[in-house]
Amino acid sequence: MRTYLAKRLLLIVPTLLGVASLVFVIMRVIPGDVALLILGGDQAGQIDKAQLAALHRQLGLDQPLLVQFGTWLWGVLRLDFGTSLWTGRPVTEELLIRLPLSLELAILATIISVLLAIPFGLLAGVRQDTWVDYLVRVISIGGLAIPSFWVGILVILFLVIYFGWGPPLEFTPPWVDPWKNFQQMVWPVVTVGYRYAAVTTRMTRSTVLEVLREDYIRTAWAKGLRERAVVVRHALKNAMLPVITLIGTEFAFLIGGLVVTETVFTLNGVGRFVVDAVAHRDYPVVQALVFLIALCFVIVNLLIDLTYAWFDPRIRFQ
Amino acid sequence: MSVNYPLVQARASASLAPRLTAGEELVKFVRTKPLGVVGALIIVAMALLAVFAGTLAPYDPYQGDYALQFARPSAEHWFGTDEFGRDVLSRIMYGARIALFVGFTASLAGCTIGALLGVTSAYAGGKVDLLLERLMDILLAFPLLILALAIASILGPAVQNVVVAIAIPIIPRAARVVRATALSVKENVYVEAVHALGASRVRVVLQHILPNVMAPYIIMVTAQLGSAILTEAALSYLGLGTAEPTPSWGLMLAGSAPSYAEKAPWIAVFPGIAISLGVFGFNLFGDSLRDTLDPKLRRG
Repeated sequence: MRTYLAKRLLLIVPTLLGVASLVFVIMRVIPGDVALLILGGDQAGQIDKAQLAALHRQLGLDQPLLVQFGTWLWGVLRLDFGTSLWTGRPVTEELLIRLPLSLELAILATIISVLLAIPFGLLAGVRQDTWVDYLVRVISIGGLAIPSFWVGILVILFLVIYFGWGPPLEFTPPWVDPWKNFQQMVWPVVTVGYRYAAVTTRMTRSTVLEVLREDYIRTAWAKGLRERAVVVRHALKNAMLPVITLIGTEFAFLIGGLVVTETVFTLNGVGRFVVDAVAHRDYPVVQALVFLIALCFVIVNLLIDLTYAWFDPRIRFQ
Repeated sequence: MSVNYPLVQARASASLAPRLTAGEELVKFVRTKPLGVVGALIIVAMALLAVFAGTLAPYDPYQGDYALQFARPSAEHWFGTDEFGRDVLSRIMYGARIALFVGFTASLAGCTIGALLGVTSAYAGGKVDLLLERLMDILLAFPLLILALAIASILGPAVQNVVVAIAIPIIPRAARVVRATALSVKENVYVEAVHALGASRVRVVLQHILPNVMAPYIIMVTAQLGSAILTEAALSYLGLGTAEPTPSWGLMLAGSAPSYAEKAPWIAVFPGIAISLGVFGFNLFGDSLRDTLDPKLRRG
């Protein structure tokens, strides 16, 4: 167990280093110059060369790329993600402003998805090819098919225009004013939650289908157990492993996946921040975010593998 | 007369499990998977719309008419017109072309490259496997939409660039699935037998391992089709996908469409229905196909 853990932790290092290099390279390859953007556009001949060079020097962009990469990586190791080229404030500070909103959205959506997905996925799997199964599948496949930005547009269309109801624009944390927070978050949470419920329901259904074909389920039936006992005590328990994996990885990705939802609902969260940062060529912000999301993903993956061992005694670590 | 008993027995047991012909499989699919049939019908309708957009579309999707800005849905313009006076129905019909093109090319390219890497990784093992796996880990840990966003920003807005931006994040997902299957296929006795017969490594991979990973490959391709169409719409919505004036469903919802929503809700409503219905069809079909192809899910 201990060597397994050490090996897994060791493998995290090259992965994170790879992600860090990849995001650094990708951001520098994107055409466009942040200094030029800060000075207000790239109309030919409008901008003073000396002023541009000074700004480059000020932002540290005149350094060789390897030096820039080294400086950034050294900062990351000390949990210092640098300052935003666009706002001039520390990246960590900018993230902390936006994180509560995205976290709330991600956590609530995950809770909704788990509460809906496990019972309905189980039901659909147990009653495969009946009308219950068809209904659950049609609704969940619908959740995957409907683009969240379209839902956002429709919600705004109907609520704002026809009912004159507008969500509050400033984010209010739930501990400050729960009602205001609810008004602002309810539709984004429903939109994202429906989608994740759909993903998880499908996963639950298919793992239940797989598990129900195992020999030990036949044995359980042969013992004369009632359906309830077979399904809940024997099938569900074993079907939960891949579902837990999915919930974990989806949550890690949710933060990055909120890009579209936050844009359409004009929520000032992490997802929208990263889109703006890509557009502004705000390198430190994008690098920090991608690195943090990757870190989350890697850690969640590790935790999942450890949970597997916890749930399933058949898995032995080599 | 000597009777070859093992062979007779093998024949007898083989005949116990009836092998269905392609036609019989189709009939069985239609009978047991009505949802899959609905999905297939939606896909066929979408394909017909895309192929015959030139003849079916009542108007030129690029040609605006400023006299007809924001026209309500009517007998002439079933889905109304947009801010340039272009016919929304015609643009949706032509948009099916873009959606299908991006969906098919991106998911086929991503899954094929991923599958080849997965098989290589599983078969070669050792250092090659370790290296490829780390590479896939890096791509997997990179948030999907941000990766597509960054690639689209590098390449610029054009249909073929969108395909690349969508295909790259699919590669590690396909590689992982195919690698897992290939690992178990590799352990089969017949692979060892083929090796013993002196077959080259390339031959073993192409003739004996690849055919056995086709089921997860097809499942991946159909599963990714719908999400590729959805990603294209999302990228276009964010202004990084297909550029105006190309009729793309996501683009029709982008930019100014929401701000006109009060005046002309049809501009935002119909393209959204088109995206949802298209992706719905692909997912419905892919799901049923998976139920049929995946040996773990077959009724025993």
